[in-house]
Amino acid sequence: MKNNQMNQTAVHILLILLSAACLFPFLLLFMASFTDEQSIVKDGYTLFPSRLSFAAYDYLWNQASTMTRAYGITIFITAVGTFVGLLISSLLAYPLSRKDMPVRGFLAFVVFFTLLFNGGLVPTYLVYTELFHMKNSLLALIVPGLLTNGFFVLLIRSFFSTSIPVPIIESAYIDGASEFKIFYRIVLPLSLPILATIGLMLTISYWNDWFNGLIYITEPKLFSIQNLLNRMLSNIQFLQQNSLGGNASAAAATIPMNSVRMAMAVIGIVPIVCIYPFFQKYFVKGLTIGAVKG
Amino acid sequence: MRQSRLSETFKKLKRYRALFLMVLPGLAYLIVNNYLPMLGVVIAFKNIDYSHKGLFGLIYYSDWIGFKNFEYLFKTNDALVITRNTLLYNGGFIILNTSIAIALAILLNEVRNRLASRFYQSLVLLPYLISMVIVGYLVLSMLNVENGFVNKQILPMLGMHPISWYSESKYWPYILTIVNLWKNIGYFCIIYLASIIGIDQEFYEAATIDGASKWQQIRSITVPLIAPTITVMTLLGIGRIFYSDFGLFYQVPLNSGPLQPTTDVIDTYVYRGLMTLGDIGMSSAAGLYQALVGFILVMISNYVVARRNREQALF
Repeated sequence: MKNNQMNQTAVHILLILLSAACLFPFLLLFMASFTDEQSIVKDGYTLFPSRLSFAAYDYLWNQASTMTRAYGITIFITAVGTFVGLLISSLLAYPLSRKDMPVRGFLAFVVFFTLLFNGGLVPTYLVYTELFHMKNSLLALIVPGLLTNGFFVLLIRSFFSTSIPVPIIESAYIDGASEFKIFYRIVLPLSLPILATIGLMLTISYWNDWFNGLIYITEPKLFSIQNLLNRMLSNIQFLQQNSLGGNASAAAATIPMNSVRMAMAVIGIVPIVCIYPFFQKYFVKGLTIGAVKG
Repeated sequence: MRQSRLSETFKKLKRYRALFLMVLPGLAYLIVNNYLPMLGVVIAFKNIDYSHKGLFGLIYYSDWIGFKNFEYLFKTNDALVITRNTLLYNGGFIILNTSIAIALAILLNEVRNRLASRFYQSLVLLPYLISMVIVGYLVLSMLNVENGFVNKQILPMLGMHPISWYSESKYWPYILTIVNLWKNIGYFCIIYLASIIGIDQEFYEAATIDGASKWQQIRSITVPLIAPTITVMTLLGIGRIFYSDFGLFYQVPLNSGPLQPTTDVIDTYVYRGLMTLGDIGMSSAAGLYQALVGFILVMISNYVVARRNREQALF
């Protein structure tokens, strides 16, 4: 019987080392944001800085209006994008799950084919900028991500068709309920697990999205937090040049360059990491239904 | 006869009009977001002239130039370099991600303390949760020339001189591979762990009674029984081998020019052609090349899966 289990101590040691490797860059970033400029110049970024300082966060506090604006935009696009994306996905998925729906096979193919082939960046870009004129509009941060392709629709559809008993729908119809009423009074409430999972995946992808901002937004006022971070990564002066107010000029002389960037990144990470333990279960579920065919 | 069939269709339409109405927003969206750009691939065969206005003007009035854009693309060294980089990186990623994730999943499955197991899982999955921009910052804190952890702490310890990471391209195949592994290992691990947990414990009990060692059990029970998952994941990876993780190749090397020989992939090439060089012809030709080869690869890999096992096929 002894052979049947690996040595628990060895297993734990290995896993602790691997987890530490995953966590290390985050800790380094976190400590770097609290390190005094002088000691960064002397020792570089370390886990145990010789002198701590809040200068980076002081500086960012002065830029609070820019930061809150970017956060506001991120929260707005995440909320609207997730809600609308979930709504149109499930509206599209429901008729596809109904065996009696006419032209069901054709519609399913139209949804599915988007997984196999796409026109690519250039035509997509031209459609959104030249046809819909979305350059520098908040819509450009929301619309392209609603259904990137039909994948989520197909996941929701297979949940509907396996978990919602047809007799319930039929009897509701016979009792005179309209299709819309059946949809939002019966189908949606029975599908909360899949809706929560897909909603979470959409939320994370909106929260983390920097790509749409990179190609469609050039106006700093419309930057989401990710776009602000993206711009600061290549141009550290960016925050100062595009300050929306605050006393940037007063602070300009003593910008703690090396730590302020890291502090920005910390501010970008903190919210998602803080709520991570609460949604981990759904997140893991979302990843596994995505891979193993639903 | 005809009359009745028409009225039948009409009746059906009326009966299902609510369902058709539900389909409408999603369908309209897919037409705009996916099918319109598919038609837009004709741009690759045109000399786009920006003096025409609007999408249709731009496409309709610009001159046809046949395969000229493709000729230019394949005449330069670019096509070769970006194809080679894309294939080598993604091929390496598939092999490494799969093997290391399976090892990690087996290890996690051995942990008896459920709380500890969950804790390790959360930490390993944490990098998968954050955006590539943040990853760019994390890598910068390690590799920054003046202040980075590697140059200031690790290399001096080994008695080595600082390296200017962001201008020497030869290190980047390793750096990007490590970063990719670090970011995605949690995802693959979760997939394989789900598959391992599904294995019937009786196999292991029987093997233990027969005196099989742990290593023998892994080799003869665990790996063969998760083989279907491995096959599907690998074939999905091969189907997407022409597409790279744009963020990894754009954010992590900080879009640095000197690194391009080893960090440029098809996606970054298309992006640069469109957004920085304004060379729409070349960019769209590269994009169509990617989409077509990618499509063929998906079809082939699905065909292979379907032949092995109809159930596992994507379609």
